[in-house]
Amino acid sequence: MTQKNQEVIELDQVVIRFSGDSGDGMQLTGTLFSEASALFGNDVATFPDFPAEIRAPQGTVGGVSGFQVHFGHSEIKTPGDFCDVLVAMNPAALKANRRWLKQGAIVILNSDEFNEKQIIRAGYFTEDPITEDNLHDFNLIYAPINTMVKEALSKLELDNKSTLRCKNMFALGMCYWLFNRPMENTMQKFEKKFAKKPILAEANIMAMKAGYNYADSLGIFPSSYKVLPAEITPGKYRTICGNTGVAWGFAAAAEKSGLNLFCGSYPITPATEILVELSHLKNLGIKALQVEDEIAGICTAIGASFAGNLAVTTTSGPGLSLKSEAINLAVIAELPLVIVDVQRGGPSTGLPTKTEQSDLLQALYGRNGESPIAVIAASTPSDCFYYAFIAAKIAVEHMMPVILLTDGYIGNGSAPFRIPKMADLPAIHPPIVKEGTEDYQPYRRNPETMARYWAVPGTKGLEHRVGGLEKMAITGTVSYVPENHEIMTKERASKVAHVLADVPDLEVEGDGNGELLVIGWGSTYGHLISAVNRLRKHGKKLALAHFNYINPLPSNTEEILRKYKKIVVCEINMGQFVQYMRTKFSDIEFMQYNKIQGLPFTEIELIDCFNNILEG
Amino acid sequence: MENKIQYQPSDFKSNQEVRWCPGCGDHGFLNALHKAMAELGISRENHVVVSGIGCSSRTPYYVNTYAFHGIHGRAAAISTGVKIANPGLCVWTVTGDGDALAIGGNHFIHMIRRNMNINLILLNNQIYGLTKGQYSPTSREGQVTKTSPYGTIEPPFIPGDLVLGAQGKFFARAMDTHIKLQTEIFVEAAQFTGASVIEILQNCVIFNDGAYDLLTDKEHREDRQIFLKHGEKMIFGKEKNKGLILDGFKLKAVTIGEDGYTMDDILVHNAKTQNPFIHMMLIGMSYPEYPVAFGIIRAVETSDNYASKLERQMNDVKAKSKIHTMDELLNSGDTWTVE
Repeated sequence: MTQKNQEVIELDQVVIRFSGDSGDGMQLTGTLFSEASALFGNDVATFPDFPAEIRAPQGTVGGVSGFQVHFGHSEIKTPGDFCDVLVAMNPAALKANRRWLKQGAIVILNSDEFNEKQIIRAGYFTEDPITEDNLHDFNLIYAPINTMVKEALSKLELDNKSTLRCKNMFALGMCYWLFNRPMENTMQKFEKKFAKKPILAEANIMAMKAGYNYADSLGIFPSSYKVLPAEITPGKYRTICGNTGVAWGFAAAAEKSGLNLFCGSYPITPATEILVELSHLKNLGIKALQVEDEIAGICTAIGASFAGNLAVTTTSGPGLSLKSEAINLAVIAELPLVIVDVQRGGPSTGLPTKTEQSDLLQALYGRNGESPIAVIAASTPSDCFYYAFIAAKIAVEHMMPVILLTDGYIGNGSAPFRIPKMADLPAIHPPIVKEGTEDYQPYRRNPETMARYWAVPGTKGLEHRVGGLEKMAITGTVSYVPENHEIMTKERASKVAHVLADVPDLEVEGDGNGELLVIGWGSTYGHLISAVNRLRKHGKKLALAHFNYINPLPSNTEEILRKYKKIVVCEINMGQFVQYMRTKFSDIEFMQYNKIQGLPFTEIELIDCFNNILEG
Repeated sequence: MENKIQYQPSDFKSNQEVRWCPGCGDHGFLNALHKAMAELGISRENHVVVSGIGCSSRTPYYVNTYAFHGIHGRAAAISTGVKIANPGLCVWTVTGDGDALAIGGNHFIHMIRRNMNINLILLNNQIYGLTKGQYSPTSREGQVTKTSPYGTIEPPFIPGDLVLGAQGKFFARAMDTHIKLQTEIFVEAAQFTGASVIEILQNCVIFNDGAYDLLTDKEHREDRQIFLKHGEKMIFGKEKNKGLILDGFKLKAVTIGEDGYTMDDILVHNAKTQNPFIHMMLIGMSYPEYPVAFGIIRAVETSDNYASKLERQMNDVKAKSKIHTMDELLNSGDTWTVE
């Protein structure tokens, strides 16, 4: 790296957002920047934000695709509320992100795209977006990126379209200079990715270097910045996004339990990547099947479960609705199955690419009949691995379907992941019946878990029939006996209650008893803990109780709730968890804070909310 | 292949009381299934019978093998999961015209398209029995049922057409009363590597009694049914003097010795040809213009099916990959160590 003449300023943390047309490669640019930062030793969190349309009309706000990276020397729990740096590849990207700029932020503008035509397409009323957006006090950097890329790649035999495709790498190079990031790793990535088309590797690398040199030699930035490595728990790390984490968690559970993994699934945003990842893992003996619809996804999984596999199905809200009848088949047949719902904005097609926590009540109650089910939720991209593993462990050991809730925010977001050793993960004991077992009864239960035992087709002497009709206790034959239905209904409820033995106590972060208890569940953890910690630094007495186990709830839940004067439940929905809590603890008063904009919380709004409650 | 085990049909009967109506065509089918299972000699624990919902879908309770009674329409999907999880199992899907062709139509065609090595038995009574007599996708146009009091105004599906449309390799047909033929077909279907669909024309004594009387009527049945066998002439009739010929692009039923037709003109049945042209016409034959075709109409041998391709692909990927354990996967790619 060349010696820089400009001043280098040290920063604790930075939020940078890459934004452009959905065809501009902003997701890749952001991913590369976040990987480079993680490799450098920063703590990192990311947030991809893209439209549902693959190619929405070019140059319009609807077609803007963004990728935000928050990296720091201190602990990073969220992708950040507002950005310090915005890369705007066209006027629409500027217009879409104006509201997310910190006062005085650096804005890198691709000046080649700031022409009258594009400015109008972006929906500006005047020809001067800077005045219109009141941006004169910001650090505006105009870079003619298209022109520079064409010039930099002029010696390569590339057509105009392929050349311009590299403009995102020019922007990335500028940002690498700005934050003193090494480029070597990214270069290696291109060499590997385009091993068969070396000209494309060369073009991307040249464009990136050109951007770096452009920033370096022209002195377009008043200074550059340095964000030192963070203090992170020692260990070996990699970057992981929540959807990959879920896929790998299932793969780990299969290896640990000695079962084969089967995934029956149908593509649906934002859950598809789990199926994609599992489809790659044939080398681990994983069978991932893309079937004809959501119902076939779960039904093939139920068939595979009956045949002795660790079976999973992956989906998002509308798909969960389609699967509900079959979930009940697994409930009554008492077969292990994990259903992952990567939640998105609803109802109906709703906001496919935006995040929401609004499937909670569907997961808990959205089925016919008395149908209790274990529900757990992951809270960060990196703990998706762990909770997928645990969901599979519970499903197998308790012989029941388990719903795992994640959402678009942690499913697509990525974070550093401390690589676990398989030997350190808990054992999984499938209750499989061995050949030669005398007097096997399909619905005889293990008194400790209430789970029935798993007799797998192909095992001599254990032939039996199960299905969706009510079963006679113990024998599992079809039964219409009135008293038996009541017994079996209660046994199924009792089975879910018995999961409690596997649920760790709820831990509170913050003051053990105090003015305010903040409650959250699932993906809001990062924002909630950041806001709580910020206020605690200012001497406020509050704490966070964050739930990953929704049904059953940790056994010390009530004890914790009663220690606080005020309780506020914060959710990205209209108040589904709070409604659930009110039914469980009817004499406790719960306040609620909700947001339904398809976006995560911001730290700022939470701080305001908690301050108001503490002062009120 | 495992050694053939000596079984009696009774070895495959479960201890559950069969609850179909007296006289229901399903009884005949069940007998034939028990017989076929005994004849196959595949050990009992390696059979799995999967069903959906409907009268015929009660079959799992009446077999002494592993069995799964699913939900409406989903038998083909559940069977697909069973077979992929353990390709060594002999999987039977038992379904009906409502279960397979209405609510489960999607799974039905995709199981066939994937060429899952599954034996799907479709009991076609042209009515919804368990819900007490509503029209089904195979009810004939004009049929009066509980939900078509003025007659249906929908043309019916011909199940075999769907099989061909979904690239099906095996299609056979029998009457519920053809116990011997059903048994033969079931054995052939189980030994066929690929998706095999068997349509059983089944009489519902309560809600659609006599639906097939025109075919089964003792006086005329030999003239109205034709039994096809691969490699044999397509001949039928009491006197074995009728046959099928190709007249331009159409099949034609003729009498040998009349209008100048001789035995040499009669078509030889080729179930193994990939070309579906004649098979489609055989499947579509209906009385009175033609006799209705029974037997194995199509059985195009394939060396490949879904499970074998999956296994091959998996072995290829395993051989090429450097990652074979979770620890290796977790530590692959870009990693860094924090001291």
